[in-house]
Amino acid sequence: MGKKILIDKVHIPGIRGYEVYRREGGYAAAEKAFKMAPADIVEEVKKSGLRGRGGAGFPAGMKWSFLAKPEGVPRYLVCNADESEPGTFKDRYLMEFLPHLLIEGLIISSFALGSNRTYIYIRGEYSWIVDILEEAIAEANTNGFLGKNILGTGFDCQIYVQRGAGAYICGEETALLESLEGKRGNPRIKPPFPAVKGLWDCPTVVNNVETLAAVVPILNMGGDAYAKIGIGKSTGTKLISACGNINKPGVYEIDMTISVEEFIYSEEYCGGIPNGKKLKACIPGGSSVPILPANLLLTTAKGEKRMMTYESLSDGGFATGSMMGSGGFIVLDEDQCVVRNTLTLARFYRHESCGQCSPCREGTGWMEKILHNIEYGKGKMSDIDLLWDIQRKIEGNTICPLGDAAAWPVAAAIRHFRDEFEWHVMNPQESQQRNYGLAGYANPREVLV
Amino acid sequence: MVEFSSDKMKEVQRIIEFYPEGKQKSAVIPVLHLAQQEFGGWLSSATMDYVASLLKLEPIEVYEVATFYSMYNLKPVGKYMFEVCHTGPCMLNGSDDIIAYIGEKLNIKPGQTSADGLFTLKTVECLGACGYAPMMQLGKNYREHLTKEKCDAIIEECRKNSSMNN
Repeated sequence: MGKKILIDKVHIPGIRGYEVYRREGGYAAAEKAFKMAPADIVEEVKKSGLRGRGGAGFPAGMKWSFLAKPEGVPRYLVCNADESEPGTFKDRYLMEFLPHLLIEGLIISSFALGSNRTYIYIRGEYSWIVDILEEAIAEANTNGFLGKNILGTGFDCQIYVQRGAGAYICGEETALLESLEGKRGNPRIKPPFPAVKGLWDCPTVVNNVETLAAVVPILNMGGDAYAKIGIGKSTGTKLISACGNINKPGVYEIDMTISVEEFIYSEEYCGGIPNGKKLKACIPGGSSVPILPANLLLTTAKGEKRMMTYESLSDGGFATGSMMGSGGFIVLDEDQCVVRNTLTLARFYRHESCGQCSPCREGTGWMEKILHNIEYGKGKMSDIDLLWDIQRKIEGNTICPLGDAAAWPVAAAIRHFRDEFEWHVMNPQESQQRNYGLAGYANPREVLV
Repeated sequence: MVEFSSDKMKEVQRIIEFYPEGKQKSAVIPVLHLAQQEFGGWLSSATMDYVASLLKLEPIEVYEVATFYSMYNLKPVGKYMFEVCHTGPCMLNGSDDIIAYIGEKLNIKPGQTSADGLFTLKTVECLGACGYAPMMQLGKNYREHLTKEKCDAIIEECRKNSSMNN
């Protein structure tokens, strides 16, 4: 049984409301924080080794310490709740069932960073969660944890919830800030980084929901104790949202000490693959990270057991490894088609490209078209190399990481499943007739238009 | 005539106060959501111009936002919009079947509205419900673990609600 410190209380009835949350020890971390100096809170977070849970895995305490503090200029904390990476639904779970945990984390972090106006930027589709968060914020206000002169410290803070309107790119921190300023979500060129010039040109920290919620257990147990959970630089616990072909899809909190095999097959987590089917492949960290075939997923190229940690998942680089990413764990069983899966992801990135940089704007469209041709029996062998060439020319040549995110899944699919692409090219009839989905009802050609 | 009721104007004011003075441009996204909800489920140019005047913006500042984000409808839609996800994890769990089934049942293709103006079928990219796939967004809420039977029930429910409101 793994250690749970983030969502351990999620099943207590009424935990969504202030009273039960408080009775169960909630806001103790906030009370503790307000007795500390802001710099000491930053120090605790640094000691904890907490890494950004949005996908990049950048040390949160270090990000906080970069925040510029010029005299007379407001600083902002922005919570990135734009969760849109296919396969990822952990932040939604946290906000929906433990809203006060996030609000408490935000209050502590706002105090540590000196943000008097803190924003939660939430994806527009999660509209019912906006109500849940606003209710929690109102309760925190009533109970003196938000508003003016919090707990007599002289510190003022208010939290506002801003809805997006449907754009994956707004999960990228500078696009998010553009959107929060009421503009199109076009990422900004860095530097300057948001820590120096962010929201309305003021110093800003942008952190993921799970990262900010994790500040609560860190304050409660202390940074050193938090750092003792997990292996190496993968400290603390991580939420994994598991989906695809598994018996028990859902959100799991893992302390980073278990193996990938245990995560997929044990009853405590995913519970294996339905209908006794075999594991074919897995995208372990959200759609952008490289897909791995079963053998490389369970064991690294060195022959070691692959663990659910940042380091182990990326062991072998992109040649034989993948990434922890956002923790969106997508499992494919033996009957799934890698070409088709890659096509839906390529379509996703084409749809979500903001259009600013030509390699991404044009390249994502070309990749989708070529994959569409291969999937529907109109592909040529040379298309596979062309696809490889395009993805290589997108990667690293764009302002923001969306270009890389679009290139990696295509590259990994070709790298590990080239034979499947070739099969589609050599068997155009069969690839057109192949039956996908539950009941074989759809004629995919029509659905896709 | 495009104009918010006094209740909705209060809501607009509440949203504007989220931001520091002079930064009401930030309110454009939430106010467009409100306008779409109030004025027939889509944003006409009259609606967008109205939002621009409310926030003291140039109309182009509103147009460029409205055309960027996928949740804004720039042409009329049915009373009920079925936004069915078809990205990777939903596809692995049979979303293509669901889309085809709804399409056949309502005699429309993705992107179209049924002849009676009740239903629009739209395919969307990942909505963050991958563990509960296949799924659709209907109004404010998600409908998850979709099956053909569930789709039948949802369509019936919409028809019933619609006839009760008339």
